[in-house]
Amino acid sequence: MKMEQTRKNKLLAPIAETGHCGLFLMRMLGSIRLERQLLISTLQQTYLIGARSLVIIMICGFFVGMVLSLQSINALQQFGASDQVSLLVGKSLFRELGPVLTALLFAGRAGTSIAAEIGLMKATSQIEAMQLMAIDPVQRIALPRFLAGVISMPLLTAMFNAFALLGAVMFSIGVMGLDPGIFWSKLHTGIYFTKDFMGGVWKSIVFGGLVSLIAVYFGYYAKPTGEGVGTATTRTVVLSSVLVLIFDFIMTSFLI
Amino acid sequence: MKDPIIRIRNVHFQRGDKVVLDDVSMDIGRGGIVAIMGPSGVGKTTILRLISGQLQPSKGSIEVNGKQVSKLSRRKLYECRKDIGVLLQNGALFTDLTVFENVATPLREHTDLGEEEISERVTAKLDSVGLAGTEELMPHSLSGGMARRVALARAVILNPKIVLFDEPMTGLDPIAMSTVGRLIRETNDSLGLTSVIVTHNVSQMKKLVDYCFILASAKLIAEGSPQELMRNSDPAVDQFMNGRVEGPISFKYREDAGNATASPGR
Repeated sequence: MKMEQTRKNKLLAPIAETGHCGLFLMRMLGSIRLERQLLISTLQQTYLIGARSLVIIMICGFFVGMVLSLQSINALQQFGASDQVSLLVGKSLFRELGPVLTALLFAGRAGTSIAAEIGLMKATSQIEAMQLMAIDPVQRIALPRFLAGVISMPLLTAMFNAFALLGAVMFSIGVMGLDPGIFWSKLHTGIYFTKDFMGGVWKSIVFGGLVSLIAVYFGYYAKPTGEGVGTATTRTVVLSSVLVLIFDFIMTSFLI
Repeated sequence: MKDPIIRIRNVHFQRGDKVVLDDVSMDIGRGGIVAIMGPSGVGKTTILRLISGQLQPSKGSIEVNGKQVSKLSRRKLYECRKDIGVLLQNGALFTDLTVFENVATPLREHTDLGEEEISERVTAKLDSVGLAGTEELMPHSLSGGMARRVALARAVILNPKIVLFDEPMTGLDPIAMSTVGRLIRETNDSLGLTSVIVTHNVSQMKKLVDYCFILASAKLIAEGSPQELMRNSDPAVDQFMNGRVEGPISFKYREDAGNATASPGR
């Protein structure tokens, strides 16, 4: 009987946690007030978690673009269609690889830092001190980081795509000698604003919200110990990576 | 006691199967310094958390400044907390803010004061705890005693009616201990506060407080002035006040559910 109960609890725990996380999101959104302090904190966090992720995003984007064009040219050459490389690279980047890879990199770079920072604030009683000073930590700590994640992700995705295209241009035109005119004209005529570009933008906004929500949630409810903070950061990376891929499939099936 | 500012009535608090507080009642009067004492893990910090509304009792009521804190909504509880300053055991200073910004935080959040006025008040408050000139330091560069004094300045910057101190002397050297003790007394008297101190440091309390409550085995076992308690013949009170090993207060885990090492006060 006891074992059955334990099994039931284990099955229900993820559902309960999802509901708890949903309530946390509602509480966070409910605490939005149009005030100067929120604007300043959000901009500060956008700089801290967004701008400081730029270098890793640019480097990864550049090499993803290079390898994508290398693989594409290699495959397309067999059908005599290597001039289509920019279209293939562009569609893959704008629709899928840009938002997904940026979200995964963001989870590793910024998500962990958010979860660890909030977890450490909890472990050192700073969150408790705020509550006792009648300051809502959800409004002052969690909300600016969540909003910064939503704002940063589309911008970082745009940078990732730009540098990936640069990598593709350098490899396709510079190394493989493709005609620049054909490369750009195929890209220009084959990529659609609503379907390809905006599809990627919507995805990146959702992924930004998802990763930052998971990070602030796990940080806020981390056990106030060193081990608790470590667990929160690990769970942030693992769960946000898995959920980004699941949400990518769901969104793609609606956007395609 | 006439006109108590904190009224705790028949409070029962439980964590899982462990009874932390069992039918505890206290009246804390306005204007003095009161200590809640007892062995580690007896539920002293739990009482502070019940007073500040962080925890809710399973039975009984807690009235602070005329308001039943356990029944308040979050918004009203936060309103009520503006009248309560709390100094946590480690100070809990915000590590990414300077000393000045730490002390200024409650003013920025809860008042419409301009920068000049905030600066004047923060400087005056830091001066009153003997830390003028430390405004631009970061918390990691402060000693334990200094951090505790900055936290004290932050706790009283809004001129609250009540200040709760959780083990304010723990981990301090004797000089820092006396300095913090003197500051608590001066701040209490000059601002007309009611101070509630959770501690197990008997020697400091004898010098500092006006009235004491002693908890053991999840119950309130004695109350009175430090002098009265020193003369108390109850074996448990005598054991605690004089730090005797032998006595009714057990030191072993689980031998006495409310005692000893089970859940050290924070």
